[in-house]
Amino acid sequence: MSAPVTPALLYLDNVSVSFDGFRALNALSLAVDHAEMRAIIGPNGAGKTTMMDVITGKTRPNEGTALFEGSHDLTALDEAAIAELGIGRKFQTPTVFEMHSVEDNILLALKDNRSPLATLLSRRTARERERIDALLERVRLTAHRRRKAGELSHGQKQWLEIGMLLAQQPKLLLIDEPAAGMTDQETADTADLLRDIARTQAVIVVEHDMTFVRDLGVKVTCLHEGSVLAEGTLDAVSANERVVEVYLGR
Amino acid sequence: MTTQSVLDRQSIIVLLLLAAAAVLVPVLNGAVAPGSPFHLSDHLVPLLGKYVCFALLALSVDLIWGFCGILSLGHGAFFALGGYAMGMYLMRQIGPRGVYADPVLPDFMVFLNWKELPWFWQGFDWFPFAALMVLVVPGILAFVFGWFAFRSRVTGVYLSIITQAMTFALMLAFFRNDMGFGGNNGLTDFKDILGFPIQAASTRVVLFVLSVAALAGGYLICRWVVNSKFGKVLVAVRDAESRTRFLGYRVEHYKLAVFTLSAMLAGVAGALYVPQVGIINPSEFAPANSIEVVIWVAVGGRGTLAGPILGALLVNAGKTWFTGVLPEFWLFALGGLFVFVTLLMPRGILGAAKDLYAQAGQRLKPRPVSEPVSQAAE
Repeated sequence: MSAPVTPALLYLDNVSVSFDGFRALNALSLAVDHAEMRAIIGPNGAGKTTMMDVITGKTRPNEGTALFEGSHDLTALDEAAIAELGIGRKFQTPTVFEMHSVEDNILLALKDNRSPLATLLSRRTARERERIDALLERVRLTAHRRRKAGELSHGQKQWLEIGMLLAQQPKLLLIDEPAAGMTDQETADTADLLRDIARTQAVIVVEHDMTFVRDLGVKVTCLHEGSVLAEGTLDAVSANERVVEVYLGR
Repeated sequence: MTTQSVLDRQSIIVLLLLAAAAVLVPVLNGAVAPGSPFHLSDHLVPLLGKYVCFALLALSVDLIWGFCGILSLGHGAFFALGGYAMGMYLMRQIGPRGVYADPVLPDFMVFLNWKELPWFWQGFDWFPFAALMVLVVPGILAFVFGWFAFRSRVTGVYLSIITQAMTFALMLAFFRNDMGFGGNNGLTDFKDILGFPIQAASTRVVLFVLSVAALAGGYLICRWVVNSKFGKVLVAVRDAESRTRFLGYRVEHYKLAVFTLSAMLAGVAGALYVPQVGIINPSEFAPANSIEVVIWVAVGGRGTLAGPILGALLVNAGKTWFTGVLPEFWLFALGGLFVFVTLLMPRGILGAAKDLYAQAGQRLKPRPVSEPVSQAAE
């Protein structure tokens, strides 16, 4: 494709996914701008994770369009190609390489040539070291750099995974429930970190914790049964009759 | 940074021990008088050489299983193919000294009434070509097999089952006479290798030393691979495959590369094995053989590279001793050993030893100064 058909960074139109007749996504449409942060809320089974699967190439939609930067058709690419385009993903349960040291986790995530030959012959450069140092500082894991990632606390793993995401230098970060299992202080710090990231990169955050979403202070999309139920500021969305009915509860 | 040099302490110990073996065996066999209690008798040299080849095979399995999580239950096939490539060279060297005295055709072909050498036997009278085939044939099979398996994302126990099916299929194929590899009897009755008589004690000593050198070389290659960033990606694939994909790594390419390298190492092991045991036949493809290799690796310590070498040597020495004393009970002992190791030493002998060493170190050392207070979000 040549000319971008949409100015949005991420553009989903009419995307549907069904598993054995169950429609996980039902004509979902969503657009996210460059350097925008978007919070996605919705009850369990609303299709939040499936949406992330479609964006990252894990699941192929049955129909619909998924475009990145207006011209890359995400439905035709695999996970590795999509990651190379600049979409990073953090999983719901923190997924780090437990047997590797914290700094090796970051090293593996650093934007670099991913081919087997390149990694076999790669030599550690000073620039790489600086990048790793800076990232560890940013996610506050400098003191733990030599520990195995498996030994970190839950909250530290969440932060390490965010650090790995940043190391990829993605244009869009998909972050699934970053505050799950965190203390109040950690949750607040995470919100600060994400706001900071969103100044330069687009971020989509899936979250259940309404205090956290309020902290982020960004546009909110509420999903229900695989499509968008409401979109707008948190106040507008929480005032929506249907949202209250299916998600927030009376 | 956590990049270790290829020559870390463990590697130096392994290489020193292998060097000692390469010196001691020739000395004890050749320089010590046959009457002396330190004399190593001639029949033990190829036996030890056989163990060393098995150790290289175990190393190749550890590279993929221990570091990338690919449990191959068919690695005996690559070993056997390397062995057949060497066997074909040795058959061609027999020349007119065979029972039927045909200058070109091996005995079994004359027996089957074949008039000319099949195309795939061409070139094997030339050693460099045969040596190349020792690497290329297992490599190509592993590449093609891995290409389909890894691209279709076949993992875990399903992959293990199809590797087992692969070696079983090859065994059935090689049993057939019209395959052109000697059928049931395989290839045997070798006379010489590169002009040296294959039965001579000196040739056997040289073959032993070459096997040790190949094992050392294989060890260094594996150590280099697992210490590189490539090796870190392998471990990442082993522990969290989909995470690695979402980081942008093409997991199937990594698996394919390491699987092919491993198959080539197994092929070299097979090629060195055949001249020392004097025969290669389809039973080398037997599924049970490949499973036994996995036991050696588990016993020695998966994911350590040195452990599988130790495991292969110990289990095979045990096998030789046991089958001499209580032949009926060997399989029970092997099964029992596997259960014992899995339950009580899940990280194998080397893993258990390292744990003990670390514990002893903890007890002896004064308590370390408390860790610097974490500055993480707590």
